[in-house]
Amino acid sequence: MSQIFHHSTNTVSRVSIFGALFVIAAALWLTLQFSRSPYATGEGLVRSQPVPFSHQHHVGGMGIDCRYCHTSVEISASAGMPPTKTCMNCHSQIWATSAMLEPVRESFRTDKSIEWNRVHDLPDFAYFAHASHVNRGIGCSTCHGRVDRMPLMAQAASLQMEWCLDCHRNPAKYVRPQDQVFNAAWEPGPDHDGGRLAREYDLKPSTACSTCHR
Amino acid sequence: MSAPRDEMPDLSGLTRRMDSQDGRRFWQSLDEIQETPEFLAFLHREFPENASQFEDPAGRRQFLKIMGASMALAGLTGCTRQPEEKIVPFVRAPEDMIPGRPMFFATALVEGGYANGVLVESHMGRPTKIEGNPEHPGSLGATDARAQADILNLYDPDRSRTLTYLGDIRVWDDFVAGLRSALDAQRGAGGAGLRILTETITSPTLAAQMDSILKEFPAAKWHQWDPDGAHSARAGAVLAFGRPTDTRYDFTRANVVLTLDADFASAGPGRLRYIRDHASTRKLDGGRTSMSRLYSVESMPGLMGSQADHRLRLKPSDVEGFARALDAALGGDASAGKTWGAWLDPLAADLRANAGASIVMPGEYQTPAVHALAHAINARLGNVGKTVFHGTSAEARPIDQIASMRDLAYDMERGAVRLLVILGANPAFTAPADLDFARKMDRVPLRVHLGLYDDETAELCHWHVPQAHALESWGDARAYDGTVTIQQPLIAPLYPGCKSPHELLAAFSARPSVKGYDVVRDFWRAGGALGADFELGWRRALHDGVVPGSALVPGAVVPSGSAVAPVSPAASAVPGTPPPPPPSGGMEIAFRPDPSIGDGRFANNGWLQELPKPLTKLTWDNAAHMSPGTAKRLGVTLERTARGIQTDIVELQYRGRSVHAPAWIMPGHPDDTVTVHFGYGRRRAGRVGNNTGFDAYPLRTSDALWSGTGLEVAKTGERYTLACTQDHWSMESRDVVRAATLAEYQATPDYARKRSHEPPREMTMYPNYRYEGHAWGMSIDLNACVGCNACVVACQAENNIPVVGKQQVAMSREMHWLRIDRYYAGGANDPETYHQPMMCVHCENAPCEVVCPVAATVHSDEGLNDMVYNRCVGTRYCSNNCPYKVRRFNFFLYADFETTSLKLMRNPDVTVRSRGVMEKCTYCVQRINQAKMEATAAGRGLRDGDITTACQAACPAQAIVFGDINDKNSRVAKLKAEPRAYGVLSDLNTRPRTTYLGAVRNPNPRMPPIPAGEPIDETAAPQSAPGSAHDEAPAPGHP
Repeated sequence: MSQIFHHSTNTVSRVSIFGALFVIAAALWLTLQFSRSPYATGEGLVRSQPVPFSHQHHVGGMGIDCRYCHTSVEISASAGMPPTKTCMNCHSQIWATSAMLEPVRESFRTDKSIEWNRVHDLPDFAYFAHASHVNRGIGCSTCHGRVDRMPLMAQAASLQMEWCLDCHRNPAKYVRPQDQVFNAAWEPGPDHDGGRLAREYDLKPSTACSTCHR
Repeated sequence: MSAPRDEMPDLSGLTRRMDSQDGRRFWQSLDEIQETPEFLAFLHREFPENASQFEDPAGRRQFLKIMGASMALAGLTGCTRQPEEKIVPFVRAPEDMIPGRPMFFATALVEGGYANGVLVESHMGRPTKIEGNPEHPGSLGATDARAQADILNLYDPDRSRTLTYLGDIRVWDDFVAGLRSALDAQRGAGGAGLRILTETITSPTLAAQMDSILKEFPAAKWHQWDPDGAHSARAGAVLAFGRPTDTRYDFTRANVVLTLDADFASAGPGRLRYIRDHASTRKLDGGRTSMSRLYSVESMPGLMGSQADHRLRLKPSDVEGFARALDAALGGDASAGKTWGAWLDPLAADLRANAGASIVMPGEYQTPAVHALAHAINARLGNVGKTVFHGTSAEARPIDQIASMRDLAYDMERGAVRLLVILGANPAFTAPADLDFARKMDRVPLRVHLGLYDDETAELCHWHVPQAHALESWGDARAYDGTVTIQQPLIAPLYPGCKSPHELLAAFSARPSVKGYDVVRDFWRAGGALGADFELGWRRALHDGVVPGSALVPGAVVPSGSAVAPVSPAASAVPGTPPPPPPSGGMEIAFRPDPSIGDGRFANNGWLQELPKPLTKLTWDNAAHMSPGTAKRLGVTLERTARGIQTDIVELQYRGRSVHAPAWIMPGHPDDTVTVHFGYGRRRAGRVGNNTGFDAYPLRTSDALWSGTGLEVAKTGERYTLACTQDHWSMESRDVVRAATLAEYQATPDYARKRSHEPPREMTMYPNYRYEGHAWGMSIDLNACVGCNACVVACQAENNIPVVGKQQVAMSREMHWLRIDRYYAGGANDPETYHQPMMCVHCENAPCEVVCPVAATVHSDEGLNDMVYNRCVGTRYCSNNCPYKVRRFNFFLYADFETTSLKLMRNPDVTVRSRGVMEKCTYCVQRINQAKMEATAAGRGLRDGDITTACQAACPAQAIVFGDINDKNSRVAKLKAEPRAYGVLSDLNTRPRTTYLGAVRNPNPRMPPIPAGEPIDETAAPQSAPGSAHDEAPAPGHP
């Protein structure tokens, strides 16, 4: 009786079995890579805003402190977004006729809020508290990046849970002196010792689920 | 006190399991104690039939086909990106408002005319949660279930939104014009055709407005009607003192309390304060070894009866006889105790021994004579001025509301009423049936109604003005002791046309469109009660939630002691002997407001509808309650089915009227009496409340508001399904509730702990975890808990817990994270009752965690049993493995994601759960995290008391204490070190973080033992002749 299958079938079947494993592994790897890619996480994404507000200009150039606008960052979970009034404190005097600032003046005139597009958007089942971080030596730029170099606000990190846990598991990597928290340009110097600071600030960030999910 | 074992026959299996060292056996339902096959089948299922499997007639194949398709499509939905979000800041930010941090404002909620001082939590301008005001004398920080649920009323999408005339939408100016022309027509006659009907009013501002209207229209009349008002108390005070007075009690100084059908935990304006004060005399922590004693004489089992050391069930009509006999016995009449001898003599002796430190409290549901007698007894015992205080009524105009309604109905009938203005009340639904109020309203040419809902009365009125909710309007009201709270709004009216009663009455004045703010403020400015600097005094009163010095001084008006003298003649005007027995064969009917939805005004509140009633655990329905013996005689049976409990519908015939009502068998209920709750059976309550339950008002007449004789009950043969939660989540009578008498406690302080065989810490396969830092724990004092349900609703409001509806409740799918289990001990006729709040106990060795395949429930380093909704895939293994039965599963999308107004109500700090997710008590982890953040921001550590859970904050008895058990000085750590502390089911080595303090009762050794062991079968025989049911209290054969 003649062979039904050609001799090469052995090779084909071996290759396809191993190939299938490879294909599955590759698919998993691709999925993982995709879910971590900036395309999926929005990392580095710049969103357009009704007014092209430049942190580079206001923070880097003018040296305005973060807390001038984000007033509740030290006392509340929410950092707070400045009311139109805060803009108008200066812009009723400076650039008072600039066309670019017309939406600000319109908001002030009509009593209708400016609707900003949220850049750092955590999922609704994650609860983040700004005050708990900025009071314990975690700087703004650790999560929000060098806003003093951003003409338009961009999402600085992936905001994925593994990114949060990276610091919660080892805060010494990211902690900075408390007086440098609002300094966007701060870089660890040669004598910086995160471990010592973490001990000094008694940093034992919890990795329990209910810390953020509730 | 203990029930001898041989008195409960045919319970061999149960007895074995329930056997406990002190002889108490606890049971939850009659089914359970009789161990019926239905109950056993029910017990052995995690969920009732159909609750966990699909038995829809559409069939399994069809279901799978549809599911296959939707699953294929559902996969695609996972590919969506997170929607973009807007940030919408203020244009000009209000001062003090910090985004992300709630603000609290003091105001008052008014119930029955009286203020309930509250602090309302506001998130960015949205009121989301109601808490008690610690500075308010009537609250002291506590709230009740209805106050908690009032936030849902504010956001109720069924609230009336528009001003209408004959159903057509109109504007306020039209209304003012219409009212004006009707008033002008009245002016000539001095307002002889004008009638204003309100509820009970304590508001000084509203009273002043009414006074000025009555001054302008001297012939007009002001009527008041509250279906659940203090009618008997008012009449009793008139009987005793010749004028309406309020009686207040100081339970902290009372060693012995006797209630005469007075459930002071669930009714009356001072109830929250009374629960707190009374509980403080029953707590045994901190080395205390004595406690007060409570005697309860009851016609319907109530909350205080369930706390009582001695409870006597009497027909409503027998209570007056009992009070007379007690009065006589205390007066030295030896023959007085004839009828109630075994009970009366030791009680009288106990009261006499505690003269000046006792309270005899008459209940609203009794006759005026009982009130007068109680006042006389208190005077006789020298309690007046020590524990009992009589003082000026807090009501603006305390009138006989029954006479007032009769008067109004008569005037309407004869056509004397030309303009009827109804403020807030719903008389078309609630007026006594014999007045035929709704029909007579037809004879009034112009009828105006102000109400939160377009209800039964609004339907009959020409003008309907939507009322602003208490959290949307300015106002003022007095508390039980007279203290005034100025109400401030938390939010502008959700519907712009809404008006407060002050604004409606202002339409009578020269300034018809004045704001409520100005009305209230002008009144207080003119009165000068807020001090020389009005602005300062006003702001302080608003901030504190009380007007300082506004309490009515007790005793200032009514001299104690001597003024009570007239009572004896008044009382003796009625023959001194017990009233004649009811006509033979006739039964008695008693009327009560519903424990959850009150007189019907909360009928459209889903939280309260679904709240299991404290003792019956019924939801979404009312029933005709009767004793097991009466039920047997009538042939009424309850049958457990897969979709609820089937019961007989009985026809209640009373004074020529009849209603059909589902029957309910109520252990501890007096025989030959039926108690019905009014408030249900609404036609126009809203989408939630319409057609729930039956309407009992048609049986309620003005001459017998609370009880009457001559009821006839007949089984109709029809059956009805009730949704009752009493056996849901049953823990099969394991040794869950532990109780002892005071003597037993003194002999063995750790009686509760001794009964569990807690395995040693090493006896576990899992490595022991050392909790450094915080370790959260909770202690619940079973001696303090009165079962009032405030915590259940508080939890629901705090944690965005959805309502599931009657059908789903009947299938054990209610979502309450916190339930209160009600346990009986002893026989079915006179059971002892215990309440046990039960929620996730946060086991250190949690059985739920090890079975979760996706690690959606895991332990935190502070000992919290975390539930991670976004991981949960809904296997329900955790719920199956939970011995405490505290996990709840979203079988459907119960949370309302659609209704706009309800979105405003949600707590923004808690996830709104979706379908297919398990959930349970989190120890209010959002509050823990918030307190931690605030402590960090303030640069300090957490202190004991920084965190209060929602249930703890609401509890009027302060039975719940939460805190850090690693802090040895915390309150919770101290309570856990008490000898009474025990963990439920701790012999499973779960190491629950929530522990209980065992209950202790303080029986009088001279009292006859409770006839506990009456076998259930023998209750069939109707108890002896009415009025003498308790001759034989010491049952033959008792020691």
